[in-house]
Parts: sequence; C-alpha cells; structure tokens
Amino acid sequence: MPQYKVQLLNILVKKKKVHTHTHTHTHTHTGECVSECGGWIHQQYFSVQVVWLGLNVFLFVHAFLTFEKSDKYYYTRELIGQLDHNLTFHKLVAYMICLHTVIHIVAHLFNFERYRRSCKADDDSLAFTLSTLYPHEKGSPWLNPFPSSDMTAEHLTFTSIAGLTGVIITLALILMVTSATEFIRWCYFEVFWYAHHLFVIYFIGLVIHGIGGIVRGQTEDSMKEHPHSKCAEEYKDWGEHCRRPRFEGLPADSWKWVLAPVILYIFERLIRFYRSRQKVVITKAILHPSRVLELQMNKSDFRMEVGQYIFVNCPSVSFWEWHPFTLTSAPEEPFFSIHIRAAGDWTESLIRACEQQNSPMPRLEVDGPFGTASEDVFQYEVAMLVGAGIGVTPFASILKSIWYKFRHADHTLKTKTIYFYWICRETGAFAWFNDLLASLEREMEECGKVGFLNYRLFLTGWDSNIAGHAALHFDKSTDVVTGLKQKTSFGRPKWDNEFSALAAAHPRSVVGVFLCGPQTLAKSLRRCCNHYSSLDPRKVRFYFNKENF
Amino acid sequence: MGQIEWAMWANEQALASGLILLTGGIVATAGQFVWWQFGAYSIVAGVFICLLEYPRGKRKKGSTMERWGQKYLTTVVKAFGPLTRNYYVRAILHLCLAVPAGVLLATILGTACLAIASGIYLLAAIRGEEWMPIEQKPKERLQVGATIKQPPSNPPPRPPAEVRKKQPEEEAAGPSGGPQVNPVPVTDEVV
Repeated sequence: MPQYKVQLLNILVKKKKVHTHTHTHTHTHTGECVSECGGWIHQQYFSVQVVWLGLNVFLFVHAFLTFEKSDKYYYTRELIGQLDHNLTFHKLVAYMICLHTVIHIVAHLFNFERYRRSCKADDDSLAFTLSTLYPHEKGSPWLNPFPSSDMTAEHLTFTSIAGLTGVIITLALILMVTSATEFIRWCYFEVFWYAHHLFVIYFIGLVIHGIGGIVRGQTEDSMKEHPHSKCAEEYKDWGEHCRRPRFEGLPADSWKWVLAPVILYIFERLIRFYRSRQKVVITKAILHPSRVLELQMNKSDFRMEVGQYIFVNCPSVSFWEWHPFTLTSAPEEPFFSIHIRAAGDWTESLIRACEQQNSPMPRLEVDGPFGTASEDVFQYEVAMLVGAGIGVTPFASILKSIWYKFRHADHTLKTKTIYFYWICRETGAFAWFNDLLASLEREMEECGKVGFLNYRLFLTGWDSNIAGHAALHFDKSTDVVTGLKQKTSFGRPKWDNEFSALAAAHPRSVVGVFLCGPQTLAKSLRRCCNHYSSLDPRKVRFYFNKENF
Repeated sequence: MGQIEWAMWANEQALASGLILLTGGIVATAGQFVWWQFGAYSIVAGVFICLLEYPRGKRKKGSTMERWGQKYLTTVVKAFGPLTRNYYVRAILHLCLAVPAGVLLATILGTACLAIASGIYLLAAIRGEEWMPIEQKPKERLQVGATIKQPPSNPPPRPPAEVRKKQPEEEAAGPSGGPQVNPVPVTDEVV
C-alpha cells in the first residue's frame, strides 16, 4: 500500500510543476515582470499545498479501504479487479513521469532560448531593459538568468544548479527506463535491479533542482513602488517616476511533494529490513531435474495466499540483490516453498551453495508475500486454468490448494471440476510440475474422484522425432513424454474446440477462465470467452480473468 | 554479473538515445534556435541510429524476443557484414555521432545518452560479444521419399511368427522364406 502513495504523489508533483512553470514563464519571457503568484495567494500557498496533500492522502486511503474491503463493492471488484496491481500502477506512473519530463524539458528549452534572445534584443526594447537591469552578483535582484548575450544556453545549464541537477536526474531516469524493458528484466535481472536504484539520485536531484531560484518574480516591496500596470510602458524612464523593479527567485518546493512518499518508502525499506532479520528455516531442499531447486521453508508469522510471490535475498551469494519468486506451496501446507530455476548468476550461485554436501544451508532472508491473491479461482463451479511456460508456477499453488480444500470439504471452495491446460515448449525445466500432476492424479484415483481434475499438456516445441516417437507408443496407457495418464498433445491448443467441448459438457455452469501467460494468448481466450458465452444467463457463461502473477 | 550480455542493454540505451536525439533535434529546428542546423543534423542522426539499433541481435544463450517487424531491417543491417557485427565499430560510431549534437542544449541529452550507450557497447566488445542476426528457422520438411532406397526386405504375405523364427536356422533359400531376392536389380526411382 505505501507504494501507491509514493506513486500517486509522484504524478501530482509532475503535473503541478509543469503547470507552475509554464504559467510563470509565459509572462516573464514576454517581458511582463510580474509574478502571478503575488499577494494573498502567495502567502496562502503553503497551507494550500498542505491541505491539498492531506486531502489526496485521505481520499486515497479512504477509497482504497472502501473499495477493497466493503461488501458493497464486491461485484465491482469482480469486474474491474483488485487495486493491488501495484506493478501495473508503478509502470503507469513511470510513463507519466517520462511524459511530463519531456514536456518540462521542452518547455525549458524554449524558455532558455527566449531569455537568451532577450539579451540580444534591440537596445530600446523592454526585453533588453529587463535583461540588463542589474549585474549578476550574489543577492542581486536580476530577472534574466543570462548575465550577457555571450553566454550560451549550455553554459548556463551546466553552471546553474537547476540545469546541472536537471541533466543528471534525466540521465538517471533514462538509464532506469532502458534497463527496465521487459526483455532486460526477464533476461538480465541484475542489470535492472541495480540500475533501478538510480532512483535515489533521481529524488535527491529533484529536491535540489529548484534551489537556485532561476524562475523569478517581482518582490513584494518592488510591486508596491513599481506597479506594472502603470510603469511597464515607461521602461525608458525607470528611475524617475517608477523605481526599477526588483526580482527574487521562487523557493524550491519539490520537497514538499515528495517528502511524504519518500518517508513512506523509507518505512517500507525498514519493514523489509525488519522482516529480513526474522529467521528463515529451510526445512527441505530438493534438486529436481534440469537444475530446478525446490526450497521448503518456515518463518514465524508468515501467512500466504495462492498466487503470491516473495522476495528472497541470500547474503552469502549477493548482499544487495533481492529476487522475486512465485510461491509454489498451498496456504494449507505447513511450510512455504519456491522453485528456483538456474537462469542467471544469482540463481546458479544459490543452487551451487545449496548443493554443498558438507556445509550447512546458506542463510536466507525473505520479504513478502506480495501480489494479488487469486482467491477468485475457488468461486467458480467450473474452472479453466491455462498456464503457459513459466506461467505454470502459480498454478502449482492453486492446484494444491484446491485439492486440499476439496479433500477437507472446505465450504469456501465452489469448484466441482477443473480443466487445466499446460502449454510449454518442452517439459524439461518443469519436471517438478509434472511430478505434482502425477501425484495429484494418484490421490484422485485413490479417492475415487477421477473426473475432478482434467488436464492437457501441449508441447509447442515438438519436432518430427518426438512426434514419431509418440505415434509409435500411441497405445500405451500412460503418456510417453510425461508418464501421466492423460495424453500429451503437440502444438498449440485449438481453443475453439476446447471451449465448445466445455460448453457442451457443462451447459448450465459458470466457467471461470484463468490465464497466466502472454498477452496474445489472453486475447484469444478473451475472444473465445465472449464467443462461447451464451446470452441466456441460465446457460453456460465464461468469465475471463488475467492475473499478473 | 558474469552471464550478462551487455550488448542487449546497450541496444536499448542506443535506441532510446536515437529517439531523444530526434526529439531534441525537432525542438531546435522547429523553434529556430540559434545554430539550429545542428538540430537538423540531430534529426538525421537520430533516425539513422533508430534504424540501426531497431533489429535486436541474437542472444548467445536462450531465445531472443524479436521486436515487431524487425526482420526487414535485420536483412539490411546484416548486409553490412563486419561493420554492423563488430561492437567496437558501433561504439566508435555512436561516439562520433554523439559529438556534434553536444553543441546545442536541446540535443545534449541525446549526446550524453548516446555516449553512455557507446560505453556499454565498448564493454560488450571487450567481452567478445557480437551482433548476430535473428534468422527465421527454415521449416522442416519431411522428405519421406528420400529415406526409401530399397523395397521392403520381408514383404507380406509372411508366414506366422513361429515359422519366421525358425528361418535363420535353415538355409535362406526357397520362395517362402528369408529376405526377398529380386530376380532383376531394383533401383530407386522416386524423384
């Protein structure tokens, strides 16, 4: 939750700052030297800001609590989804920050150019007069930041606090964005992790950015003796009837906007630190085929829901890095587990450290759990679960939990039948999931509930060898690839066939479709849901849920 | 961070720099700032860099996500051979392209970003990385006919299994047992 406040307030900072600057500059660059923020409003400005900030925080917290918890919004949540999609929100805010940064920079580029042109204007123009009122000394009440027409915009940028901090924090922002693209995040997580910590530089620079007081307005005293409505036209005679106008810089006020989110963020890091101090006991470590390590752990006061994830840190491998992993255990189990696949430096080192026979298990720190709880899965009479590639991981937790609830006749479980579709290139790295399905299959046979879980595996990375092999062993009762009772199919599923078969098998049910996989798959499934849902509410309806697991 | 391919991040950074140069150049030219001609240069340089960096190179390990529609530009970039494959060349090229844009304030951000990209490319080049195009895999076509060279050696009608098992003990003679002996040599006529 604190992350929201950080992010919402960031948007407000950016929007408000753009507004202020364009407003003031519009007037200064055309030569009118009066600050719009004069008089009464200027005095009240601080209290207005505090009230505005407080109002935002209140509205946000109120809306959040009402929306998330109140029964009145149960169906609204069903349709729009829960608010805890903090990653999506974070990205949205990041895009806004980038957009407003562009607007801010372009506006200032034009401003600087116009300031500079004012220095070079005709000797008898207002612009020139304004620009040459006072020499640029400390405390001097100048208006035009360019001391003379010789100075270039670049020189001023790099010799002023605002310009220098501006360039530095924009570079930090750009590096954060380029290292945060999906591709880099998935393949080279460490680059993303370390580069994203440049936000510290960003926020420090943002607070310092306005200290120099480049944006200027007329002082109170000067406005009394030099009202612009009377004196502006007589600029050639300033000093006789009208005293020369004096200017001062606007104070830096970014800190007022970012202070609350920064404090909230510091709290969050403190909480993470506190949580990480709590002892994590590794009760079991299992090395599965294809270098997949399963760690079963215990921590006091750890409560999880299905589909959530945790951050894990191993100080002996890397002091600073925290890596996210989806939880693969069910909440009903007496431990929580993650499956770590060797896919980079950190994971390889961790697996190697855990493999050591003679030395004890490395100490781990765990923060979490985070993420959307996928409780909706239990609400549908018929559930259609689709896991593509690595997206199958949260379903380990979901399937186990459903099975537990079913065996213990948990009344919160409304599900009567599950259809699970597993789509992956090859099962190698997911052999552990295979074993899970096999053990579920066995348990269901023992309980006599064979029809409860129906699953199909689709291998999309097949070639003629595999297909030939499968064709040869067609008559065997267990599948040649997985050893499971239900046969593996090759290629991608034909969703139209699947949906029509499901609609025929359950003509009067509400079917919940859950996907953890790529966007293209989401589109096809959504389309099929709409197509095969009957208009008659008594007949079959498909509801699509895409979770950002 | 031993397994990181720095070139992948350098590519993202360079693509972003191209866009930033382009934007800065448009602002400077449209606003007719002083020395706006450098802005015009930035527009051209920005477009060129975007086109060069758009096709993502292939990762050494694992699969690479292609950018949408990049295969057309891949063919063009591939055609320059070692000039585009070698990252030292790219590092120096980006550095040289960045310098003129440093004159104007509007484009100096592009210069800084491109210089950073150049630095990361240099790091990638020192570690021996290279740009490899992502090729479309040719569709595997089963040439069924090509694997058949000789007609079946034991065509039907075949005697029952027990009789067949006794055959190796007897002489491989007679019309009902053993591999088919062709009176006329048979050649493969499948085209």
